[in-house]
Amino acid sequence: MKIPSQISTLLAGIVLTLVSLWYGQNHNLLPVAASEAAPLVDQLFNAMLTIGTGIFLLVSFILIYSSFRFRRQPGDLSDGPPVHGNIPLEILWTAIPAVIVLGISVFSFEIYSTENGMNPMDHSMAAHGHHQVAHVQKGAAIAAPLVADTDPNIAITEEIRKNAATNAIEEDIPVRKDAPIPGVVSPRAGAISPSNKQEPLVINAAGMQYAWLFTYPDEIIAGELHLPVGRPVVMNVTANDVLHAFWVPEFRLKQDAVPGRQSEIRFTPTVEGDYPIICAELCGAYHGAMKSHVVVESPEAYEEWLQSMKIAQAKGEAQTVAINPAQMTDSEYLAPYAQETGVTPEMLHHLHSMS
Amino acid sequence: MTTIDPAKTSLNYHHEQAAETHHHEHPDLRIPGVIVFLAAESMIFLGLFMAYIAFRAVTPDWPPEGTPKLELLLPGINTAILISSSFVIHNADTAIKKNDVKGLRLWFGVTALMGAVFLVGQLYEYFHLEFGLKTNIFASTFYVLTGFHGLHVCFGLILILAVLWRSRKPNHYNSEKHFGVEAAEIYWHFVDVIWIILFLLLYIL
Amino acid sequence: MTQAAQIQEQANLPAHGQEPGDWKRYFSFSSDHKVIGIQYLVTTFFFYLVGGVLATMVRTELATPESDFVSREVYNSLFTVHATVMIFLWIVPAGTGGFGNYLVPLMIGARDMAFPKLNALAFWIIPPAGIMLLSSFFVGAPGAGWTNYPPLSLISGKAGEMIWILSVLLLGTSSILAAINFLVTIWKMRVPGMGWNQMPLFCWAMFATSILALIATPVLAGALILLSFDVLIGTAFFNPTGGGDPIVYQHLFWFYSHPAVYIMILPVFGMISDIISVHARKPIFGYKAIAYSSLAICGLGLIVWVHHMFTSGTPPWMRMFFMITTMIIAVPTGIKIFSWLATLWGGKLDGSSALLFAMGFISLFVIGGISGVMVASVPFDIHVHDTYFVVAHLHYVLFGGSVFGLYAGFYHWFPKITGRMMDETWGKVHFWLSFVGFNLAFMPMHKLGLEGMNRRIAEYDPKFATLNLICTIGAFLLAISTIPFIVNAAWSWLRGEPAGDNPWRGLTLEWMTTSPPPVENFDADPILATGPYDYGMGSRSTEVDVPFSDADDPALSAGPSSTLRAKPDPVVAADPSDRGTESHNR
Repeated sequence: MKIPSQISTLLAGIVLTLVSLWYGQNHNLLPVAASEAAPLVDQLFNAMLTIGTGIFLLVSFILIYSSFRFRRQPGDLSDGPPVHGNIPLEILWTAIPAVIVLGISVFSFEIYSTENGMNPMDHSMAAHGHHQVAHVQKGAAIAAPLVADTDPNIAITEEIRKNAATNAIEEDIPVRKDAPIPGVVSPRAGAISPSNKQEPLVINAAGMQYAWLFTYPDEIIAGELHLPVGRPVVMNVTANDVLHAFWVPEFRLKQDAVPGRQSEIRFTPTVEGDYPIICAELCGAYHGAMKSHVVVESPEAYEEWLQSMKIAQAKGEAQTVAINPAQMTDSEYLAPYAQETGVTPEMLHHLHSMS
Repeated sequence: MTTIDPAKTSLNYHHEQAAETHHHEHPDLRIPGVIVFLAAESMIFLGLFMAYIAFRAVTPDWPPEGTPKLELLLPGINTAILISSSFVIHNADTAIKKNDVKGLRLWFGVTALMGAVFLVGQLYEYFHLEFGLKTNIFASTFYVLTGFHGLHVCFGLILILAVLWRSRKPNHYNSEKHFGVEAAEIYWHFVDVIWIILFLLLYIL
Repeated sequence: MTQAAQIQEQANLPAHGQEPGDWKRYFSFSSDHKVIGIQYLVTTFFFYLVGGVLATMVRTELATPESDFVSREVYNSLFTVHATVMIFLWIVPAGTGGFGNYLVPLMIGARDMAFPKLNALAFWIIPPAGIMLLSSFFVGAPGAGWTNYPPLSLISGKAGEMIWILSVLLLGTSSILAAINFLVTIWKMRVPGMGWNQMPLFCWAMFATSILALIATPVLAGALILLSFDVLIGTAFFNPTGGGDPIVYQHLFWFYSHPAVYIMILPVFGMISDIISVHARKPIFGYKAIAYSSLAICGLGLIVWVHHMFTSGTPPWMRMFFMITTMIIAVPTGIKIFSWLATLWGGKLDGSSALLFAMGFISLFVIGGISGVMVASVPFDIHVHDTYFVVAHLHYVLFGGSVFGLYAGFYHWFPKITGRMMDETWGKVHFWLSFVGFNLAFMPMHKLGLEGMNRRIAEYDPKFATLNLICTIGAFLLAISTIPFIVNAAWSWLRGEPAGDNPWRGLTLEWMTTSPPPVENFDADPILATGPYDYGMGSRSTEVDVPFSDADDPALSAGPSSTLRAKPDPVVAADPSDRGTESHNR
């Protein structure tokens, strides 16, 4: 008995839906989700992948089926049936994709608002950050003093000029000189869940060719990021020379580091581990090598690390004051920070032996 | 089933018609071409205007501190001259439509003069401004915008002079064909409108 | 052949006795749109091969995790010039200048474009601009990506940067001049009886493409002018150390570069509509929907550009607005895909290489479209922006889409352009090698991006090594796949089987004249006796059970009284007593 075409179409549809649903949940394409927002983004991706798989299977099936079922018989030179259109069908396949993309938009909007912790329609000054004085901690490679409530640009320019070390840089390499402390503050991205009552950890991240420098509370500077698990983080991202981008795949978080601008991101790491920090905006020849890592550890381990950094820095500070950065080579300049960027002598040896 | 009645489409069709069908003359589409071209030109200015507006939006002080205020008298006079020249050039178009070549030459001549005065006025302003191209972001955008516009005025002036030159040949322009006149006029109006927007953006607002 | 087709051909008995073409014409400043079209196609295909060599070098570097093939600076130049060449010297000019120029006047029944000499000028800008771009390798090719974001582009080599800027300005100008020509030609030079809704869909596509090129390209010119001031003179439009803002460049750049991708795909959409209809011997399904969706894509395409900047520090309201507009643009695109599928369904597929590439196009473009909807979503894009996921997406739509579509166009119109048929067996070899090689090269990149591999890097984390090796093998296969095509095309042009006037028995006007057409295209102004897709009119010997079609119900299956049919026009009525003076189809 021949199965009626309606039944076989229904069966095909069911199979297609089941396959899509399964693949949407079992794709194994994403790394571990290590921040509070990451599982939400993963849910979104799973949903989109399910829909996408369904559409792909449908289109592929029609193409393959047509190429066999509707193949022209040899010698048959006549035309096919004069079907010019079918209004109800066309309305259907306009409406269904419209509903799907609308649904995905709403879902995305909700996730973004949750991540963002603020109303995207917020047009207030706080949201846009104009004329907002940025209380900037030491986020620059060159030690910039804290800024009082003055125009950040002018205050910093004066400070930079007063300091012989930094002044020299500006004169020697005009285009490579440090970007001024940002006058523009980008609206923030990311959120802290209201249930988390901990005080956020504020860290400044500065990207430069080709490393990151993170400034912790109490003016500790390090090349790698250490974070206590479960505590919300507020990170101000900027760049010192060209565009960079701060990206941690496991956090599903990315923010461009724009020179002359400070962008605030908020997130809460939830899974302990050691994750890569990747620069995600072309920044020069060594863009591929510009890597750091973020260590998410228990609050105790984090405090221990912070203490050790304080001690190490106290020792090192006496040495750094008298150095003129403009007359140093890149490696000389970065040597004091080499430990923090995670570059060890063995690694250097390994790299050199490969080239 | 077909809508074409076989009785009326005999095989003789083509031969019956052969004598009558012909190629249409290649139509003169140069004026639509000029208009479409000017749409593209408008977009390049629009892009530069948007850049100006964007810079203004993100810079805390505008003009940046230390920039001397732009004076309005000379540019205002220049604006008046440019706007009036659009009316003048339109007189020329009216003239040639009535086959008045002398009128065409007179009005085009006056327009060319007014355009030249505008350009001289711009140069005068440039030399007397107290900021240079690289002084600050306002200065840079000011010079690029007005400079780019000035180049377009130059080109319009050249078009007008070219039409004047060609009008020396008898019957080159008459009431039936005067593409050059129309094209130059449309271009000149375009340059004028751009200046009005520029003047508002840079000087007034 | 159907009665309609017979009438159309007889109404337009083609000219005969044309002298053989003089090969020197193809190297001269000819104002014949067919010569210019061929010049475009050959020149752009040459640049495609150049871009392909650059891509092969990129993949060779990426076969291993270390930077060991070329220096990192050279690597950056390789992918920069690769993208620039592929966009500005291959896909945009091949689709618009190449196929557009060749086909549009023929399809609308005109003798040439509105401005033939301008047409030639637009072409002759391309070879010098392209050579200039390639010569930048001698002085330090640009290496800041084809996007050339400042401040990086301000501190890279000045010579390379200025060459890039000048070359793109020239190529953009060529594009604008061509757009002016197409807009005026399509608007004003259609044969009487051909209203807007009787045009082949390729003409609709070229119209929408030209609007985009006209409106968007000048804004890129503005951006590059400001950038060149920064590079050459030291102004600070985009340099924060002087008070400028790099993000303004991004806005100006992407205002053009997003419509650019529609400029690259719309002509191909138009070609696919024609190709599928002819090779399935069925009218195109939903003519008006496809025509108007091209206009919708044109309009929407101008208001989505910020989706390239979701992580740049744009305000949340801006991200949401542009996410929504980007999502919406999936709808008109989806309409086209489903319409093409419905055209194939129930037809009589001839299995030719042109049809194979058209069907391959649909499958690959759908994948690219799906990943496109994914990256339209802001939270997801934040994760995959500037990773290999985006590289996968863009190649699926630009290669799987545009290039496969261009190949379909080559196989379909080669007989008309040269008068000879291409070899079908080698065409199939070409298709399968390309299809397999392409998927091998680009499918793994989705995973690479999701897992954490960023783009524009010469060295990468060793955990990505296996997938990258697979991609490189696929790329090599893709490179090899061009060989059968080149040999086939060259050999067939010289010694292929003569094609005759209408080897595919098509109904659009380009098939109603000789292959290749005479200089004046048609003997006399062509008469439009049928619509462009009126297959199946007249008696059919085999009835096909086609779902959703009902020969007894005209409204559904669009028989002769359907509102979707071309009305016979009184201006061209055969019998003089029926002839009126006003066309009903304007």
